[in-house]
Amino acid sequence: MHSPSMSRRLFVVFNYTFMTVLAIICLLPMLNVLAVSFSSAGAVSAGMVTFWPVDFNLHSYSVVMKYGTFLHSLVISVERLVLGTVISLTICVLTAYPLSKETEQFPWRTIYSWIFVITILFNGGLIPWYLSVKQTGLLDTIWALIIPGAVNVFNIILVLNFFRGLPKELEESALIDGANHVIILFRIFLPISLPSLATITLLTMVYHWNSWFDGLLFIKSPDHYPLATYLQAVTIDANSLKNMKMQDLDTLKFVSDRTGRAAQIFLTALPILLVYPFLQKYFVKGLVLGSVKG
Amino acid sequence: MRYIRSFKEHALLHAMLLPGLILVLLYSYYPMFGLLIAFEKFSGYKGVLHSTWVGLDNFEYVFKMPEFLPVLRNTVLIAVMKIAGNLVVPIVIALLLNEMGRVFVKRGIQTLIYLPHFLSWVILAGILKDILSPSSGLVNHALSFFGAQPIFFLGDNRWFRIVLVLTDIWKEFGFNTIVYLAALTAINPSLYEAALMDGASRWKQTLHVTLPGILPIIVLLGTLSLGNVLNAGFDQIFNLYTPATYSTGDVLDTLIYRIGIVNAQYSVSTAIGLFKSVISLFFISLSYFLAYRLANYRIF
Repeated sequence: MHSPSMSRRLFVVFNYTFMTVLAIICLLPMLNVLAVSFSSAGAVSAGMVTFWPVDFNLHSYSVVMKYGTFLHSLVISVERLVLGTVISLTICVLTAYPLSKETEQFPWRTIYSWIFVITILFNGGLIPWYLSVKQTGLLDTIWALIIPGAVNVFNIILVLNFFRGLPKELEESALIDGANHVIILFRIFLPISLPSLATITLLTMVYHWNSWFDGLLFIKSPDHYPLATYLQAVTIDANSLKNMKMQDLDTLKFVSDRTGRAAQIFLTALPILLVYPFLQKYFVKGLVLGSVKG
Repeated sequence: MRYIRSFKEHALLHAMLLPGLILVLLYSYYPMFGLLIAFEKFSGYKGVLHSTWVGLDNFEYVFKMPEFLPVLRNTVLIAVMKIAGNLVVPIVIALLLNEMGRVFVKRGIQTLIYLPHFLSWVILAGILKDILSPSSGLVNHALSFFGAQPIFFLGDNRWFRIVLVLTDIWKEFGFNTIVYLAALTAINPSLYEAALMDGASRWKQTLHVTLPGILPIIVLLGTLSLGNVLNAGFDQIFNLYTPATYSTGDVLDTLIYRIGIVNAQYSVSTAIGLFKSVISLFFISLSYFLAYRLANYRIF
């Protein structure tokens, strides 16, 4: 091996520097918001806060928790996440299993598959969708955030491709032993599909946590918004804190709209940051699983 | 006959499909039927079936709206810039990551650049509004440090579209590198050895081994993104735009929302929606067809 040339060395130095800067650019905005949320209102409006809190305090967080409907929205978000993930996943698995059969074994497969695939290609658009949710009586209930989006065709395709990759002998021998399809699905297929199901579970959870538009569309009273919709309303409204009817004048020294908003942004992002290591691990795996097919 | 006999045989399989089918019928197919209101003077009281039929009047009204053409132009412009940026930038970043020898550093950088993908536009818009603010934002503080005048990134029509495209690339580029990195590891190492034997430099190896190696996946992702020519990114724009930036940032989806939900003009909004759905159908079908032809890709 000869030693690397001058130009190669220059490139390596440039490459490491450039990529590090790029990674920092992805992190800094988050750090800035975090620093603002822990700083005093005065220091923030004087422009003294960059990436490190000035006059460190937790007043913004206590105001957010005490006043307004942040906690209530948090509860609604958790509720929709749990119910929504369970329902979505059940439907996903139940739909993927029959569609993963060969056409010779289950001739209806092709027709059913098309019924689902067409929904990727074409949709009725916003108003007809809104009307369908309204006419099925879901408006202003938590089910409006769960049921209309419960069928995710892309997730179904991911799982059905995984099922198709499983050895045929598993199913055949179970059928000979007298097992029916429900037993095969739940006793044999699901236990060996855990990695791909974990990917989809995490993705569905992130989807529910981040969804805000359905809350804005289907829930009339802001008191019943899920957290993402609540945050959306807060970031659009410049005077969100005034609506919180604070009595404690002391905290006003430390808390402004900007610090309060920063605290709420950070709290909303926190669960995503916490599951992020798992997301990353399963995601890369899930993508590779999904792409390996005949 | 075959279908009827097999229906009984597979009763259990049909039963499993039932919940998904019911939901798809209610929330995907019933809305397609609801598209009829684009051809009606819809009244909620009379319903879809009994509202007055007006033919193409709503479409005529839409095409004559002064904001329609600018909005269509904004939509295509923003969407195409995003498609191009989100195709090219991840390739470059994946190639640069691939040149990094230290696995530990590489992993760390990958972890950081995936992160924005998983945060919603509500959160990111909240952050962006804060750091891009002309009076107190971090970015303008940095600019003033170098003696530049503050820029109102989110309120200035000269900047708004650029900010939309750049922040979208910022959110997605890390995530989009995953697929390319997977493709890079699949390239046969003996190709590089052969290139080295022939005296090819690192740059020449990249040009003649690496790029051709990932070309199929570039073609695939490029064709699949064709289906998005009318998707300028509702979540992002809705959370960042203001009436001051409607002239450069208003797109079909935001117009559909304002006319339909804010103004409650259901028929007009649905007409714009149908216009968008039909053109999108053409492009999505074309993209799947091309992906099948060029990259042998099938949905399943």
